[in-house]
Amino acid sequence: MNPATLPDLTQPAGWMPLVFLALMGLAMLIYVILDGYDLGVGVLLRRADDADKDRMIASIGPFWDANETWLVLGVGLLLTAFPLAHGAILTHLYLPVAMMLAGLIIRGVAFDFRVKARDPHKPWWNFAFYAGSLLASFSQGLMLGLYITGFRYDLPNLLFAVAVGLCLVAGYCLLGASWLIMKTTGSLQLRAIYWARRSLWLTALGVAAISVVTPLVSARIFEKWFSLPNIILLAPIPLITLGVFVGVERLLRKMRDLHARGNDRWCWVPFAGTAVIFLMAFNGLAYSLFPYLVVDQIDIWQAASAPESLAVILIGAAVVLPTILGYTVYAYRVFWGKATDLHYY
Amino acid sequence: MFASLDPVVLARIQFAANITFHILFPTISISLGWVLLFFKLRYGKTGDESWMAAYRVWVKIFALTFALGVVSGITMSFQFGTNWPGYMETVGNIAGPLLAYEVLTAFFLEATFLGIMLFGMRRVSNRTHTIATLLVAGGTTLSAFWILALNSWMQTPAGFAMIDGRAHVTSWLEVIFNPSFPYRLTHMLLASGLTVAFLLAGVSAYRWLRGDHGRDVIHAMRTGVVLAAILIPLQIVAGDLHGLNTLHHQPAKIAAMEGIWKTEKGAPAVLFGIPNARTQINDFEIAIPKLASLYLAHDLEGEIKGIDAFPDRHPPVAPLFFAFRIMVGVGLLMLAVSWIGAWQFRRRGEPAPWMARALVAMTFSGWVALVAGWYVTEIGRQPYLVYGVLTTAQAASKVPAAMIASTLAMYLALYLALIVAYISVVFHLARKAGAPPEDTAAPDAFQTPQPVLPGQPRSKS
Repeated sequence: MNPATLPDLTQPAGWMPLVFLALMGLAMLIYVILDGYDLGVGVLLRRADDADKDRMIASIGPFWDANETWLVLGVGLLLTAFPLAHGAILTHLYLPVAMMLAGLIIRGVAFDFRVKARDPHKPWWNFAFYAGSLLASFSQGLMLGLYITGFRYDLPNLLFAVAVGLCLVAGYCLLGASWLIMKTTGSLQLRAIYWARRSLWLTALGVAAISVVTPLVSARIFEKWFSLPNIILLAPIPLITLGVFVGVERLLRKMRDLHARGNDRWCWVPFAGTAVIFLMAFNGLAYSLFPYLVVDQIDIWQAASAPESLAVILIGAAVVLPTILGYTVYAYRVFWGKATDLHYY
Repeated sequence: MFASLDPVVLARIQFAANITFHILFPTISISLGWVLLFFKLRYGKTGDESWMAAYRVWVKIFALTFALGVVSGITMSFQFGTNWPGYMETVGNIAGPLLAYEVLTAFFLEATFLGIMLFGMRRVSNRTHTIATLLVAGGTTLSAFWILALNSWMQTPAGFAMIDGRAHVTSWLEVIFNPSFPYRLTHMLLASGLTVAFLLAGVSAYRWLRGDHGRDVIHAMRTGVVLAAILIPLQIVAGDLHGLNTLHHQPAKIAAMEGIWKTEKGAPAVLFGIPNARTQINDFEIAIPKLASLYLAHDLEGEIKGIDAFPDRHPPVAPLFFAFRIMVGVGLLMLAVSWIGAWQFRRRGEPAPWMARALVAMTFSGWVALVAGWYVTEIGRQPYLVYGVLTTAQAASKVPAAMIASTLAMYLALYLALIVAYISVVFHLARKAGAPPEDTAAPDAFQTPQPVLPGQPRSKS
């Protein structure tokens, strides 16, 4: 199919799939950043001692449920607004999806079981929380890698997918560590600074790898990036990403000293910076893929539901999404500041 | 090894395993949310600290249940695509918005306010906290509304037209309020109430039998028993009406449930038998003549369509026949236990020891009836996925059987382990709630009414 044949955007059948693509993209982006940090904290859990484990869990306790529902919303929008693509993508990703789900289930229940089960069982649930977080993060990276290369299950593509999986784990660790820098104090904060520095490099490698591979997979994507004047107009995306990487790296180096002096003013910067890195990577990827949902095969207009059905969903989304965003902000404000112990009342 | 198995059957088993596991938990959280609100309101009204103690025990069970519901719900949203791509391709225009509304209006309402409800009591005002509790309870119920609208539509589709093999909506009102929806929603909400009633009563009876005679235990147990005693007769009526509705729209399902193979006037009610699909009769049948015609057609000589009226368009008989009897059997048991229990409470203010033991045994009886009931209605829809519109085989994905089988094994192992863990942790929480440190604190609480925000971590959570 020729991408030049854009449908008539004045008609609902033309513009509504665009709106839903934007909503779905937003949900996915929010999911990756929000659940990213709590998955990352889960992966880092194994490296902490017991007292720190409780504080790490406490720092994500009020949020993780709501964070995971953004995944349901993102996939839900794919399912409901683009049913054809939902079927095509998920049957191709059958195995990694099953792995991710197992991981999410294990970590989700481990979170609740670990505080409620008998004490001797607690280390076991801690491990389950770590293993589930790791499995879910890695599977998501695997899915991303397979998705970018158009679901080709040969050796080089599989290796690439595994590499993306590892890098996404690192990316989530970076988010998780910088979340902990923001939400904790003392020795745990110090360790989090160390974790953040370690995971930063692998994250950068992953972003670079995806940036290199995506244009190589499709001549169309190559053309989109490297023809004039696009290459100049798009230059800010890689440049900002690079700049933020360097900035966060330098700040993390200084943070040990700041920590020793009790200066906590910059504690939010690594998290904000990492979020910007994810935002940029997401933008780049979205630009590469648009308007396709399955690389160069199914575009959003082919995959979309009937405009009448989209209109019904849109009404609901227009009312509910701003509300959700509003009270997500509210919930974060209620639990603002450094994490405290969790009590169920 | 798995290559010889039918991938459609495997996909169905996998989806059924998943949805069975999933439904156990929302069923509890729907009604437990309201029960928690009730505890909070009772505390607000009476100032009796023991209501708050009951709240604190049950909010932990709620959190656990909710977490299991969320994670198994995520699985559902993916398995529509991985197992049934043809489903959304054909009826996505209808299923899409209904699912979207379920996610939008309900899931988020719960998940976001849940954080405040569970952990925010010291950070927000009591009023805000009560509102958060209300919104969580309302959210879970709304969730049930949308998902049952979709499920009922799959059973009794209405308000749509097929254009080029895809369903297009002609009336949203008809889609949502399709013929079986009011009955199914009522039946399900009552089932949720009963499940929670027996859970409350059973866990509290367990604590009571262990010598934990605190007022919070009695409060929770009485709430459970009385709730059950009120809901069970309503459920029997609702179930009967639902059955008559099914007879009208899906007669093949009724024929299978009743074990009626041949269309006849004055059909007997089969109490027991083993349906034999090969010979098309029930082996070892015990039946009461003409009774089925009486309660289905309200006429001793009324004609009831048998399986033979629906050649190769009928569901398998044996699973429906047995599942239906299990559901009804558990329901009758619930009636007996809850009424006797309520009577004992009324007379003596506490249950007899044998009754307490019966309540413990019935703790998860709601789950048994619920799952049996859902098997009746879902297997009863076969061979269709959307009744009369789309067959299950048409909607299935082309994923190889071996891959489905291996992931199925993984899911089953995981679910089994989690159900065992869930049940044991619920009872563990019950034991921990009645542990000595609380008993020593209890008399103190009577003399000096404690503020809403007690500082001591009763159980480190």
